[in-house]
Amino acid sequence: MAENQSPLAQFEIKTLVPIDLGSIDASFTNSSAFMVLSVLLATVFLVGGMRKSAMVPGRWQSMAELSYVFIANLIRDTVGTEGAKYFPFIFTLFMFVLFCNLLGMIPYTFTVTSQIIVTFALAALVFIGVTIIGIIRHGFKFLTFFVPSGVPVVLLVILVPIEVISYFVRPISLSVRLFANMLAGHTLLKVFGGFVVSLGIYLGWLPLGFIVVLTGLEFLVAFLQAYVFAILSCLYLNDALHLHH
Amino acid sequence: MELEAAKMIGAGLATIALAGVGVGIGNIFGSYVSGSLRNPAAAPKVFGNVLLGFALTEAVALFALVIALIILFV
Repeated sequence: MAENQSPLAQFEIKTLVPIDLGSIDASFTNSSAFMVLSVLLATVFLVGGMRKSAMVPGRWQSMAELSYVFIANLIRDTVGTEGAKYFPFIFTLFMFVLFCNLLGMIPYTFTVTSQIIVTFALAALVFIGVTIIGIIRHGFKFLTFFVPSGVPVVLLVILVPIEVISYFVRPISLSVRLFANMLAGHTLLKVFGGFVVSLGIYLGWLPLGFIVVLTGLEFLVAFLQAYVFAILSCLYLNDALHLHH
Repeated sequence: MELEAAKMIGAGLATIALAGVGVGIGNIFGSYVSGSLRNPAAAPKVFGNVLLGFALTEAVALFALVIALIILFV
Protein backbone atom coordinates (compact mmCIF):
# COMPACT_ATOMS: atom_id res chain seq x y z
CA MET A 1 0.00 0.00 0.00
CA ALA A 2 1.38 3.39 -0.96
CA GLU A 3 2.22 5.90 1.71
CA ASN A 4 -0.68 8.30 1.18
CA GLN A 5 -3.24 5.52 0.64
CA SER A 6 -3.01 4.10 4.14
CA PRO A 7 -6.35 4.30 6.01
CA LEU A 8 -4.59 6.24 8.75
CA ALA A 9 -3.08 8.87 6.44
CA GLN A 10 -6.16 11.07 6.87
CA PHE A 11 -5.25 11.69 10.52
CA GLU A 12 -1.85 13.11 9.71
CA ILE A 13 -1.16 16.59 11.06
CA LYS A 14 0.39 19.00 8.58
CA THR A 15 1.97 22.29 9.52
CA LEU A 16 0.47 25.26 7.71
CA VAL A 17 2.21 28.19 9.42
CA PRO A 18 5.29 27.24 11.44
CA ILE A 19 5.49 29.02 14.80
CA ASP A 20 8.33 28.16 17.14
CA LEU A 21 8.18 29.26 20.78
CA GLY A 22 11.59 28.21 22.07
CA SER A 23 11.32 24.48 22.65
CA ILE A 24 7.55 24.37 22.07
CA ASP A 25 6.25 23.75 18.56
CA ALA A 26 3.15 26.00 18.45
CA SER A 27 2.65 25.83 14.69
CA PHE A 28 -0.71 26.57 13.10
CA THR A 29 -1.63 23.13 11.71
CA ASN A 30 -4.54 21.75 9.71
CA SER A 31 -5.96 20.62 13.05
CA SER A 32 -5.94 24.21 14.38
CA ALA A 33 -7.41 25.45 11.10
CA PHE A 34 -10.38 23.09 11.41
CA MET A 35 -10.87 24.00 15.07
CA VAL A 36 -11.08 27.66 14.08
CA LEU A 37 -13.41 26.76 11.22
CA SER A 38 -15.77 24.78 13.44
CA VAL A 39 -15.91 27.57 16.04
CA LEU A 40 -16.66 30.06 13.24
CA LEU A 41 -19.37 27.80 11.79
CA ALA A 42 -21.00 27.29 15.19
CA THR A 43 -20.96 31.06 15.76
CA VAL A 44 -22.46 31.73 12.34
CA PHE A 45 -25.08 29.03 12.92
CA LEU A 46 -26.24 30.50 16.24
CA VAL A 47 -25.76 34.23 15.65
CA GLY A 48 -27.09 34.08 12.09
CA GLY A 49 -30.08 32.03 13.19
CA MET A 50 -31.04 34.50 15.91
CA ARG A 51 -30.33 37.62 13.86
CA LYS A 52 -33.99 38.35 13.14
CA SER A 53 -35.37 36.47 16.18
CA ALA A 54 -38.93 36.48 14.93
CA MET A 55 -41.89 35.49 17.12
CA VAL A 56 -42.65 32.66 14.70
CA PRO A 57 -39.22 31.19 13.94
CA GLY A 58 -38.15 30.21 10.44
CA ARG A 59 -36.21 27.02 9.71
CA TRP A 60 -32.79 28.35 10.62
CA GLN A 61 -33.96 30.10 13.77
CA SER A 62 -35.84 27.05 15.01
CA MET A 63 -32.74 24.89 14.46
CA ALA A 64 -30.70 27.29 16.60
CA GLU A 65 -33.45 27.39 19.23
CA LEU A 66 -33.81 23.60 19.19
CA SER A 67 -30.13 23.08 19.94
CA TYR A 68 -30.38 25.57 22.82
CA VAL A 69 -33.49 23.92 24.28
CA PHE A 70 -31.98 20.46 23.81
CA ILE A 71 -29.00 21.23 26.05
CA ALA A 72 -31.10 23.30 28.48
CA ASN A 73 -33.41 20.29 28.99
CA LEU A 74 -30.44 17.95 29.29
CA ILE A 75 -28.96 20.04 32.10
CA ARG A 76 -32.32 20.43 33.86
CA ASP A 77 -32.92 16.67 33.76
CA THR A 78 -29.48 15.61 34.97
CA VAL A 79 -28.20 18.40 37.24
CA GLY A 80 -31.41 20.23 38.18
CA THR A 81 -32.05 23.95 38.39
CA GLU A 82 -28.64 24.60 39.95
CA GLY A 83 -27.06 23.50 36.70
CA ALA A 84 -28.34 26.58 34.84
CA LYS A 85 -25.17 28.42 35.89
CA TYR A 86 -23.07 25.96 33.94
CA PHE A 87 -25.24 26.00 30.82
CA PRO A 88 -22.87 28.18 28.72
CA PHE A 89 -19.97 25.80 29.33
CA ILE A 90 -21.87 22.60 28.50
CA PHE A 91 -23.51 24.22 25.47
CA THR A 92 -20.16 25.42 24.13
CA LEU A 93 -18.64 21.99 24.68
CA PHE A 94 -21.52 20.28 22.90
CA MET A 95 -21.54 22.64 19.92
CA PHE A 96 -17.76 22.47 19.53
CA VAL A 97 -17.63 18.68 19.58
CA LEU A 98 -20.69 18.42 17.33
CA PHE A 99 -19.31 20.81 14.72
CA CYS A 100 -15.88 19.16 14.76
CA ASN A 101 -17.51 15.75 14.27
CA LEU A 102 -19.82 16.93 11.50
CA LEU A 103 -17.08 18.87 9.69
CA GLY A 104 -15.03 15.67 9.63
CA MET A 105 -17.83 13.92 7.73
CA ILE A 106 -17.20 16.08 4.66
CA PRO A 107 -14.75 14.20 2.39
CA TYR A 108 -11.13 15.46 2.41
CA THR A 109 -11.59 17.42 5.63
CA PHE A 110 -9.68 16.83 8.82
CA THR A 111 -11.49 15.46 11.89
CA VAL A 112 -10.24 17.39 14.90
CA THR A 113 -11.83 15.00 17.42
CA SER A 114 -9.90 12.04 15.97
CA GLN A 115 -6.80 13.38 17.74
CA ILE A 116 -6.61 12.01 21.27
CA ILE A 117 -4.78 15.07 22.57
CA VAL A 118 -7.72 17.30 21.57
CA THR A 119 -10.34 15.11 23.23
CA PHE A 120 -8.09 14.57 26.24
CA ALA A 121 -7.66 18.32 26.66
CA LEU A 122 -11.45 18.75 26.59
CA ALA A 123 -11.99 15.88 29.04
CA ALA A 124 -9.25 17.13 31.36
CA LEU A 125 -10.87 20.57 31.31
CA VAL A 126 -14.19 19.03 32.38
CA PHE A 127 -12.53 16.82 35.01
CA ILE A 128 -10.41 19.55 36.62
CA GLY A 129 -13.22 22.10 36.47
CA VAL A 130 -15.73 19.73 38.04
CA THR A 131 -13.29 18.72 40.79
CA ILE A 132 -12.59 22.38 41.62
CA ILE A 133 -16.35 23.12 41.72
CA GLY A 134 -16.85 20.17 44.08
CA ILE A 135 -14.03 21.26 46.39
CA ILE A 136 -15.17 24.90 46.48
CA ARG A 137 -18.74 23.86 47.22
CA HIS A 138 -18.12 21.17 49.83
CA GLY A 139 -14.58 21.76 51.11
CA PHE A 140 -13.21 18.72 52.93
CA LYS A 141 -16.62 17.05 52.77
CA PHE A 142 -15.87 16.45 49.09
CA LEU A 143 -13.64 13.55 50.17
CA THR A 144 -16.73 11.67 51.43
CA PHE A 145 -17.49 11.23 47.73
CA PHE A 146 -14.98 8.38 47.75
CA VAL A 147 -16.55 6.67 50.78
CA PRO A 148 -19.74 4.76 49.91
CA SER A 149 -22.31 5.02 52.70
CA GLY A 150 -23.82 2.01 54.48
CA VAL A 151 -20.83 -0.25 53.87
CA PRO A 152 -19.02 -2.27 56.60
CA VAL A 153 -15.64 -0.78 57.56
CA VAL A 154 -13.81 -3.93 56.45
CA LEU A 155 -15.09 -3.53 52.91
CA LEU A 156 -14.12 0.15 52.81
CA VAL A 157 -10.46 -0.87 52.61
CA ILE A 158 -11.22 -2.35 49.19
CA LEU A 159 -13.96 0.02 48.05
CA VAL A 160 -12.27 3.37 48.67
CA PRO A 161 -9.31 2.65 46.35
CA ILE A 162 -11.75 1.41 43.71
CA GLU A 163 -13.81 4.61 43.99
CA VAL A 164 -10.66 6.74 43.80
CA ILE A 165 -9.41 4.89 40.72
CA SER A 166 -12.77 5.03 38.98
CA TYR A 167 -12.86 8.79 39.65
CA PHE A 168 -9.44 9.40 38.15
CA VAL A 169 -10.11 7.18 35.14
CA ARG A 170 -13.00 9.45 34.12
CA PRO A 171 -11.04 11.86 31.90
CA ILE A 172 -9.38 8.92 30.15
CA SER A 173 -12.61 7.06 29.41
CA LEU A 174 -14.35 10.30 28.39
CA SER A 175 -11.60 11.24 25.93
CA VAL A 176 -10.87 7.76 24.57
CA ARG A 177 -14.58 7.17 23.89
CA LEU A 178 -14.88 10.19 21.58
CA PHE A 179 -11.45 9.70 20.01
CA ALA A 180 -11.89 5.98 19.33
CA ASN A 181 -15.35 6.43 17.84
CA MET A 182 -14.10 9.04 15.39
CA LEU A 183 -10.90 7.15 14.58
CA ALA A 184 -12.66 3.82 14.03
CA GLY A 185 -15.47 5.31 11.94
CA HIS A 186 -13.22 7.22 9.58
CA THR A 187 -10.75 4.34 9.25
CA LEU A 188 -13.61 1.96 8.46
CA LEU A 189 -14.95 4.26 5.73
CA LYS A 190 -11.51 4.51 4.20
CA VAL A 191 -10.94 0.73 4.34
CA PHE A 192 -14.24 0.08 2.58
CA GLY A 193 -13.37 2.78 0.07
CA GLY A 194 -10.23 0.74 -0.66
CA PHE A 195 -12.40 -2.37 -1.20
CA VAL A 196 -14.46 -0.51 -3.82
CA VAL A 197 -11.33 0.30 -5.80
CA SER A 198 -9.71 -3.13 -5.50
CA LEU A 199 -12.88 -5.13 -6.33
CA GLY A 200 -13.36 -3.25 -9.58
CA ILE A 201 -16.46 -2.32 -11.52
CA TYR A 202 -18.44 -5.58 -11.12
CA LEU A 203 -18.11 -6.42 -7.44
CA GLY A 204 -17.25 -2.92 -6.21
CA TRP A 205 -20.92 -1.97 -5.83
CA LEU A 206 -21.31 -4.17 -2.77
CA PRO A 207 -18.88 -2.27 -0.52
CA LEU A 208 -20.13 0.99 -2.09
CA GLY A 209 -23.63 0.26 -0.80
CA PHE A 210 -22.13 -0.60 2.56
CA ILE A 211 -20.30 2.74 2.62
CA VAL A 212 -23.61 4.57 2.12
CA VAL A 213 -25.06 2.78 5.15
CA LEU A 214 -21.90 3.39 7.17
CA THR A 215 -21.93 7.09 6.32
CA GLY A 216 -25.45 7.32 7.71
CA LEU A 217 -24.29 5.51 10.85
CA GLU A 218 -21.32 7.85 11.14
CA PHE A 219 -23.59 10.90 11.06
CA LEU A 220 -25.60 9.31 13.87
CA VAL A 221 -22.39 8.57 15.79
CA ALA A 222 -21.11 12.12 15.22
CA PHE A 223 -24.22 13.51 16.87
CA LEU A 224 -24.47 10.79 19.50
CA GLN A 225 -20.89 11.18 20.70
CA ALA A 226 -21.31 14.93 21.13
CA TYR A 227 -24.47 14.16 23.12
CA VAL A 228 -22.71 11.50 25.20
CA PHE A 229 -19.83 13.90 25.91
CA ALA A 230 -22.27 16.57 27.06
CA ILE A 231 -24.43 14.22 29.16
CA LEU A 232 -21.43 12.64 30.91
CA SER A 233 -20.04 16.11 31.70
CA CYS A 234 -23.45 16.91 33.20
CA LEU A 235 -23.44 13.70 35.26
CA TYR A 236 -19.96 14.46 36.61
CA LEU A 237 -21.08 17.99 37.43
CA ASN A 238 -24.12 16.55 39.22
CA ASP A 239 -21.86 14.26 41.28
CA ALA A 240 -19.70 17.21 42.30
CA LEU A 241 -22.66 19.43 43.18
CA HIS A 242 -24.75 16.88 45.08
CA LEU A 243 -22.22 14.23 46.26
CA HIS A 244 -24.60 11.42 45.37
CA HIS A 245 -24.62 9.65 48.78
CA MET B 1 8.33 -16.63 20.49
CA GLU B 2 9.20 -13.87 18.11
CA LEU B 3 7.91 -10.43 19.08
CA GLU B 4 6.13 -9.75 15.77
CA ALA B 5 4.15 -13.01 15.91
CA ALA B 6 3.28 -12.42 19.55
CA LYS B 7 2.00 -8.95 18.67
CA MET B 8 -0.26 -10.34 15.98
CA ILE B 9 -1.67 -12.94 18.38
CA GLY B 10 -2.13 -10.31 21.06
CA ALA B 11 -4.01 -7.98 18.72
CA GLY B 12 -6.24 -10.87 17.68
CA LEU B 13 -6.90 -11.77 21.30
CA ALA B 14 -7.86 -8.16 22.02
CA THR B 15 -10.88 -8.57 19.76
CA ILE B 16 -12.38 -11.11 22.20
CA ALA B 17 -13.85 -8.04 23.91
CA LEU B 18 -16.32 -7.92 21.02
CA ALA B 19 -18.12 -10.96 22.49
CA GLY B 20 -19.11 -8.96 25.53
CA VAL B 21 -20.04 -5.94 23.45
CA GLY B 22 -22.22 -8.10 21.19
CA VAL B 23 -24.08 -9.41 24.22
CA GLY B 24 -24.42 -5.85 25.52
CA ILE B 25 -25.79 -4.27 22.35
CA GLY B 26 -28.11 -7.22 21.75
CA ASN B 27 -29.34 -6.91 25.30
CA ILE B 28 -30.03 -3.17 24.94
CA PHE B 29 -32.07 -3.44 21.76
CA GLY B 30 -33.69 -6.74 22.78
CA SER B 31 -34.91 -5.22 26.04
CA TYR B 32 -36.04 -2.13 24.17
CA VAL B 33 -38.09 -4.16 21.68
CA SER B 34 -39.71 -6.38 24.30
CA GLY B 35 -40.35 -3.40 26.56
CA SER B 36 -41.87 -1.32 23.79
CA LEU B 37 -44.14 -4.22 22.76
CA ARG B 38 -45.46 -4.45 26.30
CA ASN B 39 -45.99 -0.73 26.60
CA PRO B 40 -45.87 0.99 23.18
CA ALA B 41 -46.86 4.35 24.69
CA ALA B 42 -43.64 4.54 26.71
CA ALA B 43 -41.37 3.53 23.81
CA PRO B 44 -40.53 7.03 22.45
CA LYS B 45 -39.60 8.21 25.95
CA VAL B 46 -36.87 5.62 26.43
CA PHE B 47 -35.45 5.72 22.91
CA GLY B 48 -32.98 8.45 23.88
CA ASN B 49 -31.71 6.23 26.68
CA VAL B 50 -31.45 3.33 24.24
CA LEU B 51 -29.19 5.36 21.96
CA LEU B 52 -27.14 6.52 24.95
CA GLY B 53 -26.70 2.93 26.10
CA PHE B 54 -25.80 1.89 22.57
CA ALA B 55 -23.13 4.61 22.33
CA LEU B 56 -21.67 3.72 25.73
CA THR B 57 -21.56 0.00 24.89
CA GLU B 58 -20.10 0.60 21.46
CA ALA B 59 -17.35 2.62 23.10
CA VAL B 60 -16.22 -0.52 24.96
CA ALA B 61 -15.65 -2.22 21.61
CA LEU B 62 -13.61 0.77 20.51
CA PHE B 63 -11.48 0.60 23.67
CA ALA B 64 -10.59 -2.92 22.52
CA LEU B 65 -9.78 -1.53 19.07
CA VAL B 66 -7.49 1.08 20.63
CA ILE B 67 -5.73 -1.64 22.63
CA ALA B 68 -5.29 -3.72 19.45
CA LEU B 69 -3.87 -0.70 17.61
CA ILE B 70 -1.53 0.07 20.50
CA ILE B 71 -0.29 -3.54 20.48
CA LEU B 72 0.26 -3.46 16.73
CA PHE B 73 1.74 -0.04 16.14
CA VAL B 74 3.22 1.34 19.39
